[in-house]
Amino acid sequence: MIALIDYGAGNLTSVRKALTALGAEYATPGSPQDLSRFSALIVPGVGNFAATAALVGPWREAIAAAVRGGTPLFGICLGMQWLFEGSDEAPDVPGLGLLPGRVTRLQGDPQHRLKVPHVGWNALDFTRSARILASLEPPAHVYFTHSYAAPVTDACVAATAHGERFAAVVEKGHVFGVQFHPEKSSDAGLQILRNFLSAARGSVARTGGAAAGC
Amino acid sequence: MLTKRIIACMDVRDGHVVKGVRFQQLRHAGDPAELAARYNVEGIDEVVILDITATIESRRALADTIHAVAARIFLPLTVGGGIRTEADAAAAVDAGADKVSLNTAALKDPALITTLARRYGSQAVIVAIDAKRRGDGFAVYVRSGTADASRDAVEWAREAEARGAGEILLTSMDRDGTLSGFDCEMTTAVADAVNIPVIASGGAGGVEHFCEVFTRGHADAALAASIFHSGTVEVSALKRYLREHTIAVRL
Repeated sequence: MIALIDYGAGNLTSVRKALTALGAEYATPGSPQDLSRFSALIVPGVGNFAATAALVGPWREAIAAAVRGGTPLFGICLGMQWLFEGSDEAPDVPGLGLLPGRVTRLQGDPQHRLKVPHVGWNALDFTRSARILASLEPPAHVYFTHSYAAPVTDACVAATAHGERFAAVVEKGHVFGVQFHPEKSSDAGLQILRNFLSAARGSVARTGGAAAGC
Repeated sequence: MLTKRIIACMDVRDGHVVKGVRFQQLRHAGDPAELAARYNVEGIDEVVILDITATIESRRALADTIHAVAARIFLPLTVGGGIRTEADAAAAVDAGADKVSLNTAALKDPALITTLARRYGSQAVIVAIDAKRRGDGFAVYVRSGTADASRDAVEWAREAEARGAGEILLTSMDRDGTLSGFDCEMTTAVADAVNIPVIASGGAGGVEHFCEVFTRGHADAALAASIFHSGTVEVSALKRYLREHTIAVRL
């Protein structure tokens, strides 16, 4: 069972519809204490980084503890930005800090009519092979809508260019994130969600195997 | 590289897709969910549902239609027509819309743009502008093109952006339904005046018109209805044509 964290940042209808279409079982935990009964976590989110202030405190602790315990985590859009240390959009609100680096505002490029927000379909430039990118053929296009973006660091497995290059997909161990909206990115997006579901199942299988070994 | 978006609009009345020629003379053109699914296979980038009679007849966008379309396609879905209040927008979003398009209501109550942008984010708020040429400017019309709003399209687009709109959907009433091409001058005037994406609408008749509006018209996206419904222009063929003309598209 996947926990879809609802912290009031945007509408989750689309994510729910996509997960349902893929046959995933999910629920929205009512409190941080509930997290321990889920095998994977999805932190979605649209809007201002300040909205993640709702996660500061018990939620943040519970999510961090679950990830430390090996539970796969998938951040979407604002949820991915939250995996980093913080964002210039809301400097006083700390991120989860699982990935080093800070989210900054896209600059765009007025001369070349590159506007901010970055809205639309853009290509993924795969920087290394990753579980979250399995079965995707370049140049995969996905749907973005955002004004802030995370830096290209070691965790970045696919970058996208909009004036500057930023991290479009991150993967570090069992922590995954995408800046775009897989639930709105047609076949490519559904494949990425499917890849996370596979990673989540693999993690459950490994945990089960280890328990049997004991 | 950010690609140019091709958007299919479905003008919906009583759960059926219709298309007006110059906002009149409607004819039946299909089931919204089936049509949306066909567009998805053809490679459409986005779908808009416009409840075309909602403003005049005080009807709200049909939640059933939104729900049926959203269940079939995993693409950005915009709903417009009859969004007058925050509650109308919430109903559309709850039914599966990713964005709402405001037209008459935004002019009547510009604060609604800001209210919705705060609640759902600017990316979820499109301000639709129906305009026609008048002298050197572009006069804005409301109530499905029946009433002069006494505003200029460029100036109104700037205000909409300042109030929190995430995109502008600009329809040329002079060109709508004529198949004679987008109004590139009007599109350029608005696209160069704002820093948010501008979707050009009204007048698409052939593939070359899209090429024009993406180059000369400075549009970020282009929307059409009847030529896609009828199959006169197939989305996949259109995109191949654009790519051959060095315009970045998602294939």
